[in-house]
Amino acid sequence: MKKFLLMLALLSGLFVAAAPAKDVTLLNVSYDPTRELYRDINTAFAAQWKAQHGDTVTINMSHGGSGKQARSVVDGLPADVVTLALAYDIDAVADHGLLAKDWQKRLPDNASPYTSTIVFLVRKGNPKNIKDWPDLIKSGIQVITPNPKTSGGARWNFLAAWGYALKQPGGNDTKARAYVQALYQHVPVLDAGARGATNTFAQRGVGDVLVAWESEALLAQRELGKDTFDIVVPSISILAEPPVAVVDKNVDKHETRVVAEAYVKFLYSPQGQAIEAKNFYRPRLPAVSAQYAAQFPKVNTFTINDVFGDWRQAQAKFFADGAIFDQIGPGH
Amino acid sequence: MRRRILPGFGLSLGYALTYLGLIVLLPLVALAWKASGIGVAGMLHLLSSPRTLAALKLSFGGAILAAIINVCFGLLVAWVLVRYRFPGRRLFDALVDLPFALPTAVAGIALTALYAPNGWLGHWLMQRGIQIAYAPAGVILAMVFVGFPFVVRTLQPVLESLDRDVEEAAESLGASHAQTFFRVILPMLAPTLLTGFALALARAVGEYGSVIFIAGNIPMRSEIAPLLIVEKLEEFDYAGAAALGTVMLIASFALLILIAVLQRWSNRWAEQLQ
Repeated sequence: MKKFLLMLALLSGLFVAAAPAKDVTLLNVSYDPTRELYRDINTAFAAQWKAQHGDTVTINMSHGGSGKQARSVVDGLPADVVTLALAYDIDAVADHGLLAKDWQKRLPDNASPYTSTIVFLVRKGNPKNIKDWPDLIKSGIQVITPNPKTSGGARWNFLAAWGYALKQPGGNDTKARAYVQALYQHVPVLDAGARGATNTFAQRGVGDVLVAWESEALLAQRELGKDTFDIVVPSISILAEPPVAVVDKNVDKHETRVVAEAYVKFLYSPQGQAIEAKNFYRPRLPAVSAQYAAQFPKVNTFTINDVFGDWRQAQAKFFADGAIFDQIGPGH
Repeated sequence: MRRRILPGFGLSLGYALTYLGLIVLLPLVALAWKASGIGVAGMLHLLSSPRTLAALKLSFGGAILAAIINVCFGLLVAWVLVRYRFPGRRLFDALVDLPFALPTAVAGIALTALYAPNGWLGHWLMQRGIQIAYAPAGVILAMVFVGFPFVVRTLQPVLESLDRDVEEAAESLGASHAQTFFRVILPMLAPTLLTGFALALARAVGEYGSVIFIAGNIPMRSEIAPLLIVEKLEEFDYAGAAALGTVMLIASFALLILIAVLQRWSNRWAEQLQ
């Protein structure tokens, strides 16, 4: 036994000595539809870091519904970086003291390196002739959108619809409420996440129109063929800004702050921006935008701050327990 | 006190209780403790919400219906597997366990693909005006699927040990086939059928993974109570989620006790007959 322990000690010593000076592991906790994006980002970042510093960076990913992911981090999932669907979820992590409350000011563009918007995916040839938001509530139209209680993307959908109604001539909260209520009357299935809704629409053939992230719609088109679906860009939509942040408490504990900060900054670099554009997220850099102009048609957008104040206010007004969605959602 | 052949009563009881405490009781205590944060008023508010009531009704009503279906067809399947010899019997027997082995999400996706309006069966049913997937019927279908093995597997050993002499005696005393089944065999099987019913019911009440894919999840119509718990968690409402969990737990416990009482009663009935 003693001999065995001695050998074990020797062996482990050998391994420690043989290991390179620094092997860094990061955990990026992200939301549901970013699997493809971060697979590409991680490969590129690890290669760049290795070339510049000689260290090997391994980035582990965790994907899931944005709210659920935030809760896991709050409950102790040791994320170095969070890249979620909406600022409210990172706010929740900040509320538990894991990162500074002003996290959104620490990086450019509201800490959102890439943006997206909400568009419609319709069946090839647009048989129901869906052009804009009012067409969604015509009789006989079935709309697929996930549950805003469980899906970050669905909250963007809800706010895009509300904002559209509000911005019509003579628009006000009462009219917006009536429009959104009518919209959810047309929803036959309420999936828990954005990817689930895409599958219901694309694979199960349910519904006439999927209200979705532009990235998700473009991905569905690429995966399932251009001859299956058309993308319809509405007259006005919301500028969705999925934010990123370094989780202060965890990077200090893991001593990974330098790499983690370089990782989120990489998302803003020309190389990172190009990868994001390739994965159907709208880049911030004008040069990269210009290069991918064909992929991203011009959309009239408003931001959450323009119309709703901020995410905390929007959350309290629409999605909290007993708030507007509970009053007018499907089944009402 | 009767002398026991094997020693170690104190030790094994101690271990059994500690184990039960750690595995079963501790998480339940934690649940109740979390739920207490909501207070009496919060609990009443939760329980008076029509949406909560609709979800609980679907979860428990659906589970009871699914368990009844499982008892009827489970009895039939178990009877066929035990009483008859036919080619492929062992294969069928092995198939019974599949719902146990399959990850519930896979089961949910498979059932949805089959019964969705564009699926093989769903397409055909839709033309006849029957909607299974994305309707309460889909919830019950998924619950039947996951609960099925429980009834068959609890019944099989009892059916094997059932004395055929009794049936022969019944027949020779002039009982009809129906009389033999309903007045001789069924009473003997009743306690086991109830066990199977309770297991299938318990499994169906708590089922989340497979149901969520096929339900459609529309509040007031096809939303199950476990989904409502998940939604509360998404709102960071831990106390509300725990409270709803506790309500489900108490309701399930009450149902299981009721079944246990029925079982004792049916046991006595079976003994009297013998």
